[in-house]
Amino acid sequence: MSATLIQQLVDGFAALMLLTSFALLAQHRMLSVLHWFAGQGLLLAATAAIVAYGTDNEELYISALMALLLKGMLLPWLLRRVIRQLHVHREVEPLMNSSMTMLVALGVTLFSFHIIQPIEKTSLLMTRDSMAIATACVLLGMLMMITRKKAITQVIGFLAVENALFFAAIGATNGMPLVVEIGIAFDVLIAALIFGLFFFQIRTTFDSLEVDTMNAHLIHKDDDE
Amino acid sequence: MSSASVQIIQAVMLLLFAPLAAGFISTCKARLQNRRGAGVLQPWRNLRKLFKKEVVMAHHASWVFRFTPYIVFTATLMAASVVPALLVDTPLSLTADVIALVALLALARFFLALAGMDIGTAFGGMGASREMTFSALAEPAMLMSIFVLSLSAHSTNLTTMITHTLNSPFALHPSLAFAMVAMVMIAVAENGRIPIDNPTTHLELTMIHEAMILEYSGRHLALLEWAAMVKLLLFSTLIVDLFMPWGMTAQADLTGVAIALGLWMVKVAGLLFVLAVFETSMAKLRLFEVPEYLSGAFVISFLGLLSYYMLEVGA
Amino acid sequence: MNLFLATLLSPLLGGLLLALINNPRLAARLNVATGISTFIFSVLLALEVLGVKSVDAMDGWFHLDAYNVFLVVLTAFVGMTTTIFSGPYMRHELENGRVNERRLRLYHSMFQLFQFGMLLGFTTNNIGVLWVSLELATLATVLLVSLYRTPASIAAAWKYFILCGMGIALALFGTVLVFFTSSAVLGHGNEALNWTALYAHAAQLDPAVMSIAFCFLMVGYGTKVGLAPMHAWLPDAHGEGPTPVSAVLSGLLLNLALYALVRCKMLVDGSTGTEMAGHIMMGFGLLSLAVSALSLHKQRDIKRMFSFSSIEHMALMTFAFGIGTSLATFAALLHMTVHSLVKSAIFFTVGHAAQAMGTQKMSEIRGLIRHHPGIGWGLLVGVAAIAGFPPFGVFTSEFLIFTAALESYPWTTVPLLLGLLVAMAGLFRFVQPMVYGEAPDYAKHVHVNMTPVYIHLSLALLLGLAIPGFLADWYHQAAALITMVTPSVGGNA
Repeated sequence: MSATLIQQLVDGFAALMLLTSFALLAQHRMLSVLHWFAGQGLLLAATAAIVAYGTDNEELYISALMALLLKGMLLPWLLRRVIRQLHVHREVEPLMNSSMTMLVALGVTLFSFHIIQPIEKTSLLMTRDSMAIATACVLLGMLMMITRKKAITQVIGFLAVENALFFAAIGATNGMPLVVEIGIAFDVLIAALIFGLFFFQIRTTFDSLEVDTMNAHLIHKDDDE
Repeated sequence: MSSASVQIIQAVMLLLFAPLAAGFISTCKARLQNRRGAGVLQPWRNLRKLFKKEVVMAHHASWVFRFTPYIVFTATLMAASVVPALLVDTPLSLTADVIALVALLALARFFLALAGMDIGTAFGGMGASREMTFSALAEPAMLMSIFVLSLSAHSTNLTTMITHTLNSPFALHPSLAFAMVAMVMIAVAENGRIPIDNPTTHLELTMIHEAMILEYSGRHLALLEWAAMVKLLLFSTLIVDLFMPWGMTAQADLTGVAIALGLWMVKVAGLLFVLAVFETSMAKLRLFEVPEYLSGAFVISFLGLLSYYMLEVGA
Repeated sequence: MNLFLATLLSPLLGGLLLALINNPRLAARLNVATGISTFIFSVLLALEVLGVKSVDAMDGWFHLDAYNVFLVVLTAFVGMTTTIFSGPYMRHELENGRVNERRLRLYHSMFQLFQFGMLLGFTTNNIGVLWVSLELATLATVLLVSLYRTPASIAAAWKYFILCGMGIALALFGTVLVFFTSSAVLGHGNEALNWTALYAHAAQLDPAVMSIAFCFLMVGYGTKVGLAPMHAWLPDAHGEGPTPVSAVLSGLLLNLALYALVRCKMLVDGSTGTEMAGHIMMGFGLLSLAVSALSLHKQRDIKRMFSFSSIEHMALMTFAFGIGTSLATFAALLHMTVHSLVKSAIFFTVGHAAQAMGTQKMSEIRGLIRHHPGIGWGLLVGVAAIAGFPPFGVFTSEFLIFTAALESYPWTTVPLLLGLLVAMAGLFRFVQPMVYGEAPDYAKHVHVNMTPVYIHLSLALLLGLAIPGFLADWYHQAAALITMVTPSVGGNA
């Protein structure tokens, strides 16, 4: 494969990454959110493999494998089990209606484009173009965490942010050092496990996975007298 | 062959093949659903029958109602005749501007909506209002997707855009992929196909296009249906033109035109087959979900715009 | 360098061992032993490092200089006293049925793991690993905050988790951006995230990228520091977790986040050659000071109230590091020390007070001095110290911060003073009725161990009266280190 083709492939994956981020925001059904999330994980693995091939960097193959196993398979599988066991299938109405969310999301993407575009030119890496998209995906994941009310969608938002960061590391900088990558992957895994534990805790304690129900317990703190 | 004659051949071809295309889709759908279907020529038979029938009109129908079928048909025909199908550079190519095309279609739609309301029946008004609501969402999306394409060609003229695509080396363009997905989504909506509207039934309360032409009969109805078929073929040709123009000829010689014709038929047939598969496998959306679908198309075309600037400028 | 390994491994091994021990009494003792051994190793390590100024360990993976070794000692010290305090405190919780033996095991194990994460974060030379260890420490404390499994504690832990997760993700993004530009200068490898290497080549890093990276790092680590407007998690996490956890959160974890921020600021300053990063930090500092001082007045829960005081002090330090002159940096380091000491002492006292009165509501805590003079006086003296009354170290450091502000940015002294006064008024408004007056009849007798409190407060007093020579040297070294890198700032001062 020629260098330009690899660059084009990475760009193409970047575009797909942006698409999955928007799709995650637009979906209402829990399982479709999960499918898009798993797709994003596979996309990351593919990107890592392509970049590894293009840069002859063997460490990146390990990253690709980690992404495939962790983000493409293990985490979606864990989340799927949680969804099955807790019977959460639909997001109750999000904080904003979906057209509004989409508009904000477009604005966010424009914003990240605006701030990142100038600095991309300073890099000599062949994959530098995807930096702006990675930034946009980070912010879109955060938007998802903010606008959703169910604990589980918030977590998917969190993991989507992690995915975007991974993409930034792989796609835009040709991969961080392996030690750091492994450390980050390890942290994400632990975080996901703790999240999983929490779901059951929250469910048994509050009988709901709505964040509002939880926060009610905290807000009362300030004004019970 | 002169390019003018190819131009005329193109227009006539679109006009004559349109019912065949509609027949092709319904045959494909029938086969996919394990039916035998009525055959590819059935739309032609329907049209012939309608042309023979007497026109029945409401007493208080105004001139708008009477003229609309002709206006709609003419506008669609004009649009069809400027879209290049075989030859890239035709005598009318200067007018082959995508924005003009959208305007022609909008004109047809405007009169159709007026005619729907003219009689004053509940269905006509309902259909007109829905058509206008959705087109208000569909048009920006379509224009946005066209803008994405015109960004790299620096023009909204179809001939220039096609020439640009034909002359640039092969490369992956994420922005074009986005634009194409959006364009296909819009084409489906504009032609009233599943999942937006169901062209084969008059029984649903959610119908849009059929509700507006419910009061028409005879040759008026024939013209309107024919115009709808031409519009479908027109959109298919437009998509083929914009995203996969390979094989279109630049010279008006016989072999070139013949090859272009063959490829055009294959490409359009492929597109229509995909549409048939989709229509078979998908259910119609509920009416209030349509705006979401259309804004989805808009978002996708906007993503195309963004990814053009993010990934392709200066890369 | 064996000392270094011993310092780092002691909490890790202790934590692993504690995960296996079910007997609460034995576990508490082992916890204390681990704390003490960590502290001893860290002191020995510090003595070694100070002799040679700076040391690279393990092929440059770790870097020790005056700045971080001082924080290592502080962390080990507060960690040690917290283990001493937590013995009787957690026994009381166990007896009252708020935790069971399994949770207690989790508590001990996670506490040491948290210590490990903290020490790793302070000593590592790789800004990627720094991020990882901060995340590790965060995850450990998330489990600690939700230890009681009450609805409120789970909600608080969730909020903590989500907000800090978001913040820390931004910090990682900032780190990726740093790598984005540094890999062009230092090659595509570990070197490009190596702090000392980055620091040496700071001038070659692209200023535009570094500025944007700093914005992300600022918001990211700033969330962890508890700066407004990203502070929402902090009061809840402090209020709902066990008191030893509140003490180390305030006393230590916030320090690590601020440490990371300052390290990044040093790089950014070196790259941009402007005071942009400092100004951003000053802005966040002033805003947080105002928000926390006002919010403090609205509180009903004693631990929440003191957590706002923590935000206030972290804001002050951020502000001082932002000014960036050597005097301000000196003051910020001193303030970090005394705040850690005093605030953890206060939380120890508050924990006992809450146990004695059976509630954390300030309206129901009354007559502490009559009920138990140790707790009452401890709280009163601690609050006096944290509010910045003269003989204590907080006064000295706040005074130095004022002086530095007056030198560089005179107008900032007005909002600073105002914020501190408002916060002080709030503290005393709440504390006075709690310590004086008759003890209510629901007050219970509790086993208390006030030794850690006395040690902390007397150290704070000592630092206020006279900073010992070796310590002053140390601060000067660290301050010089932090300000040296900023040629333009250091040059102007």
